[in-house]
This record gives sequence, structure tokens and C-alpha cells, in this order.
Amino acid sequence: MSADISSPVRPERPGWVWHLGVAAFVGLWWVVYHQLIPFSEWITSLFPVDRHSHTGEAIAFFFYDVPKVMMLLTLIVFAMGVVRSWFSPEKTRALLSGKREGVGNVMSAGLGILTPFCSCSAVPLFIGFVSAGVPLGVTFSFLIAAPMVNEVALVLLFGLVGWKVAVTYLFFGLAIAIVAGFVIGKLHLEGWLQDWVRDIHSGANAPVVAEDERLTMVDRYKLGIEAVREIFGKVWIWIILGIGMGALIHGYVPEDLMVRIMGADTWWSVPAAVVLGIPMYTNAAGVIPIVEALLGKGAALGTVLAFMMSVIALSLPEMIILRQVLTLRLIAVFVGVVGSGILAVGFLFNIIF
Amino acid sequence: MKTVKVYGPGCKRCETTERMVKDAASKLGVEVAVEKVSDPREIAMAGVMSTPGIAVDGRLVHAGGLPDMAKLEGWLSA
Repeated sequence: MSADISSPVRPERPGWVWHLGVAAFVGLWWVVYHQLIPFSEWITSLFPVDRHSHTGEAIAFFFYDVPKVMMLLTLIVFAMGVVRSWFSPEKTRALLSGKREGVGNVMSAGLGILTPFCSCSAVPLFIGFVSAGVPLGVTFSFLIAAPMVNEVALVLLFGLVGWKVAVTYLFFGLAIAIVAGFVIGKLHLEGWLQDWVRDIHSGANAPVVAEDERLTMVDRYKLGIEAVREIFGKVWIWIILGIGMGALIHGYVPEDLMVRIMGADTWWSVPAAVVLGIPMYTNAAGVIPIVEALLGKGAALGTVLAFMMSVIALSLPEMIILRQVLTLRLIAVFVGVVGSGILAVGFLFNIIF
Repeated sequence: MKTVKVYGPGCKRCETTERMVKDAASKLGVEVAVEKVSDPREIAMAGVMSTPGIAVDGRLVHAGGLPDMAKLEGWLSA
């Protein structure tokens, strides 16, 4: 953005240059992505360690996974940034307002993935939705899906664990958002909002900012680039720390330890994972490399998924933010309902897989 | 003298937006009083659903993400 400040009269590049540039970038990406294994082996060979020792394994793991995840993130975050330029909270609200529960919950959870969302504006968004006649339960479906099912989590799961687990996470993340929102809606807890929220007549009818109408494809590319810049600024350190941790666990943690603590046969491991996840404050990027390494050491899939969902969807900081609009009772219900959903998914997985 | 309100709970983007408003104003030579609004209640009342939001002289002109510099200059010089 600083470039814009210094040279606002810089002539715009024509659209075809951008299209060509994006196509060239994707092509180059493809080529580089397929050279990552030789690259990591080459780097590892520079270290004075035996390739097949624990240390050698850990180094190779680190230098393969870090660039792989970074490249996947760049591509997918860019694509999602472009796609999201067609969506906005205002449009989503208009689509959801007055929707019946059920259909509304399903749409809401889906739109939660596509609408640009930052947990720092969870409160204004919540009020904007509720005051415009979006049912409480439908609003919750959105607020559960938006942070939990995000492209960073999905890319990391895909890159580090595999596509089956990524698809499973996507499906059950959506299912939890839909069902939890539906249940909260059926409980009719509108009276448990903070008083001022119920009385508010927010700018629901205020003139909506309609900036996005005239976006060109180039503008959308730029939004994609902006998204990549922003996400990377937030998560790069977590990725390196997380994969570093993962590499250590990969190389050193004894296998039977994890099987005993997090294996499928210990019934209490799923609830323990959920409870443990609540106070943990990290994002998808920080937790998933650990998840991958735990899985590799025999931890059960359901337990690990439950842990991950709990860390992301039931974070303490988010509850503190929501405390401004929800009473403690309502937050307790929220945690209870979403937590039960996560438990169910965890147990189900441990039984199936 | 224009009154500009920047709505945001205090995330990094909101601070950047505030700085951009000030930069644009000083570049254009427009006198502005920039007010940062971080109370969620006030943010919601203004009709802002995604932060940062910008209102110039009481009119909401932008919500969600960093503003485009050229547009920002347009709002300030209008």
C-alpha cells in the first residue's frame, strides 16, 4: 500500500498483463512445487549428519514441509482472496436476513467460508446480523464456520496429513456449524443477549457501502495479493515453529507414548483433547504440523481432529470478545453445544478409522 | 475542516487505515480531525460490519479492509 501513497499517478498496467502474469506465476509455481523433494534432499545432504538418523529425518522433514506448505498457502490464499472479492458481510447479511432456520443454517455455514471475516470484527458483524433480522442460530452457524473452516487449516491438513483428512475436516466442520447453530436457534435464547444488543437499532437500514460493485478483475487480483501478504504476515512464524516442533516429534518422540495417551482405545482421550484445546491460543497454522506429527506417532485421528477443532473453534480470546454481546449463560451454551459436536466427531472417527 | 471517524477495535489494519487517512489529508492539504472509534457498540451503531470502517463528516464511505488510496483522496477532497 505504501507504493500507492508515493506514486498515486503511476499508470495502471493493462488487464492482459495481469492475466498473463497470474498464468505465468501459476505455471512457475507448478514447476517449482515438483522440485521440492530433490531440494529438501539436497539441503539435508549439506548437513554433516547421517540421512537415516533421527536428526537427518527431522531435517529432511523440515526442509520439505516448510516450502511445501508455504507454496500451497500462497496459491490457495490468493485464490480465496480473489473469490472472496465477490462476497461481503453486507451481501451475506442480505442473503441470510429472515431466512428460516434449517436452510438458513446451511447457507450461513457455507457463506461463513466464502465471506471475508476477521475475528476482530466478530462483534460488529454479530450485531449487524442479529439487528437485521438474521435469526440468532443462523448467525451462530456463520460465527462457528467462519473461523473453523478456513483455507489455512484446510491447506495445512491437505499438505501435511492428506486430502482425505482435509475433506473430512471440511465436511464435519460445516456439519458442526450447521447443527450447533440449529440447536442454539431451537433453544430460543434471544433473551440471553446483552441488553444493549437486544435494544439496538444498528445501521441495518443505513446506506450500505457499495464499493465492490465496480471491481475489475485486476482489482480482484490485487485483493488476492493483499490476502496473501496479510495471512503470511500472521502465520509464517507459526508455520516454522509448528513444523519445527513436528520435525522434533517426528524424529524423537517414542511411538508407544502417543499411542497410550492419544490412541483410540483410551476413551477419555477425546474429551481431554477438547478441554485441553480451549485455553490454547494458536491458529490453524501453529497446531496442524503438531497434529500431523502426532498422527504419525499413532495418535488416533478422532482425538487429534477434536483437539484441533477445539483449539480453533473454542478459543478463549474469541469468547472474551463475544462476552461484549453475549451473556455468560449464552457463552456457556455456545461452548456446550459446539463442544458436544466436536466430541461426537472425535468419537465417531475413533470408531470408524 | 472535515471530521473523519475510523472504526475498528484496534487491530493492525485499523491503525494502518488511520495513518493512511492522515497521510492522505496532509498530502491534499485538507484539514481533518481524525477520531478513532473502538467501542464495539458505536461501531455497530454506525452500521459497520467489517472493520476498519471510515466515515467522513458522518457519512459512512468504507467498510472492510484497507481503503484504496485514490478513493480515500476522493472522499477527503469531495
